[in-house]
Amino acid sequence: MTALSVRDLSLAALAVRDLSLAIGRTNIVDAISFDVAPGEVLALVGESGCGKSVTAQAIMRLLPAAIRQTGGEITLGATSLSNLSARAMRDLRGRQIAMIFQEPQSALDPLATVGNQIAEALRQPLARVRAEVRQMLVEVGISDPDRRIDQHPFELSGGMCQRVMIAIALIARPAVLIADEPTTALDVTIQAQILALLRRLAAERQTAVVLITHDMGVVADIADRVAVMYAGRVAETGPTAAVFATPAHPYTALLLASIPRLSDVPKSALAVIDGQVPQPADYGTGCRFAGRCPRGDRRCVAETPALGPVADGRLVACFHPVGG
Amino acid sequence: MPELKSRLLQALIAIFGVLTIVFFIMRLSGDPTLLLVPDGATAEQIAALRHALGFDRPLLVQYGAYLLDLARLDLGESLVQHAPVAGIVAERIPYTMALAGGALLVALGVGLPAGLAMAVWRGTWLERALAGFVLAGQSLPTFWSGLLMILFFGVYLGWLPTSGSDDLASLVMPSVALGAITMSSFARMTRIAVLDELSRDYVAAGRARGLSYGAVILRHVLRNAAIPVVTIAALEVGNLLAGAVIVETVFAWPGIGQLAIQSIASRDFLVVQTIVLFVSMVYISMNLLADLAYGVIDPRIRRDR
Repeated sequence: MTALSVRDLSLAALAVRDLSLAIGRTNIVDAISFDVAPGEVLALVGESGCGKSVTAQAIMRLLPAAIRQTGGEITLGATSLSNLSARAMRDLRGRQIAMIFQEPQSALDPLATVGNQIAEALRQPLARVRAEVRQMLVEVGISDPDRRIDQHPFELSGGMCQRVMIAIALIARPAVLIADEPTTALDVTIQAQILALLRRLAAERQTAVVLITHDMGVVADIADRVAVMYAGRVAETGPTAAVFATPAHPYTALLLASIPRLSDVPKSALAVIDGQVPQPADYGTGCRFAGRCPRGDRRCVAETPALGPVADGRLVACFHPVGG
Repeated sequence: MPELKSRLLQALIAIFGVLTIVFFIMRLSGDPTLLLVPDGATAEQIAALRHALGFDRPLLVQYGAYLLDLARLDLGESLVQHAPVAGIVAERIPYTMALAGGALLVALGVGLPAGLAMAVWRGTWLERALAGFVLAGQSLPTFWSGLLMILFFGVYLGWLPTSGSDDLASLVMPSVALGAITMSSFARMTRIAVLDELSRDYVAAGRARGLSYGAVILRHVLRNAAIPVVTIAALEVGNLLAGAVIVETVFAWPGIGQLAIQSIASRDFLVVQTIVLFVSMVYISMNLLADLAYGVIDPRIRRDR
């Protein structure tokens, strides 16, 4: 699929090509593709159920038993993950590719100290790597690291726990970080701090970040590029600023229009997208947004639009793109 | 620790309550004098003996006298054996302790791994096989499974002694018989606790940082799952002592369970009361121990104290 290679693939830290996932015979993710360069933040944005979190699990090769990968390839640098042995994959996790989670407090073992859990990512006992772990705590902005290192998660706030998760994820200097809704469970003020921290560390360490979120505000804050997912497919992808300024897919346009703004007339009706996201069992043929799309016609129902270039660095899967 | 102080006070009140209930229930079983006098004794002889033993006094006076003796750590003298109760019970305690220890070893040694395996290999043939095994251990009545074992291993195969307390070999069957039900409780509780922990985010997070599934279980899951298991372990020790009454009878094991049955039959009040006192003290100290164990396992509790 050379049409997808908008950018030079040899630059990508992580490349996902035509990834398909299924529960039983039901496709939940359908031939999605994206790539992330070192130091770049790619936001995978979409509503719940669009397949973004299972995509993250598929990249980590930590899918729940019920979900299978039915096609596609994931490459980390020059390594194809799909054919890797379980053992080799385990060696990559934490070292080459790491992940942070939505609820930092439950992603940490409540009975183990912060330092011990960070040291696990280095596969060393804490005593041997204590200085390194302490330094990492400093880097993620935790004050009083000498005390915090021996504390338990319950003694830390949610924001601090997420900083610890980031420390665990980045201490072994992985090439790729998957962040699955990393700020959803945090207060708004803490959200901004955590995003800024991720942004800074990714740039400093040249880590490629795949940020999974449903929050367009988070995307605008931190992402260099964005891939908008709808019902198990990528609807549109491109540089964040360009996509936000001139969305090409009608879904992206409606999604951006539905964000309430301070400049809106008070008590005016919120913009909504009519209809419901289809369930995976009802996906059928054609564009999955066709039923809700103001531009949809017979062709949209009959044929599946392929992801194709609309402008420099931008791809859209639509027969009737906005402004096109 | 003010917490510990109030726990000890509660324990004392509980023991006092148990003593009171047992004292009065034993008196409901009848007059021990009638069992002590020889056949054909005259009414005067019976009355004289009853007076000598103090059983003609009002019940509340007897109760008060008992508590006073207890406060002086005087457990009294057996009506039947005419020896100090303390010695009679004390010489049986090691046997019951050995039996309970053996049973606990069986219960922990089989129950914990079985429960862990059922959780980790959920939905496989192994889980179903273990579930059947656990159900059997839980549903077979001790007196029946004990007799079956005696028949098979003792009489038919001749591998183990059928009764008595001569050596370690004679401890095997009673331990298995007594430990079976406790083993099942441990297995079921461990399975639920481990399943509960396996669904937590920290398991996925541990794997995401490169730990193997086995390493996540060993390093993180087991300790978290231990908290509910410790709770029932403490209660199960109490159940073991209760179960010992039956097992000791089936296997002619000379522990306090057997002594309790004999003493109840002969209305040897003070011996029964002392056994109950001992068992309730063990039960309550196991609960205290479990409370302390939480603090060792769980730093959240340690801080709250």
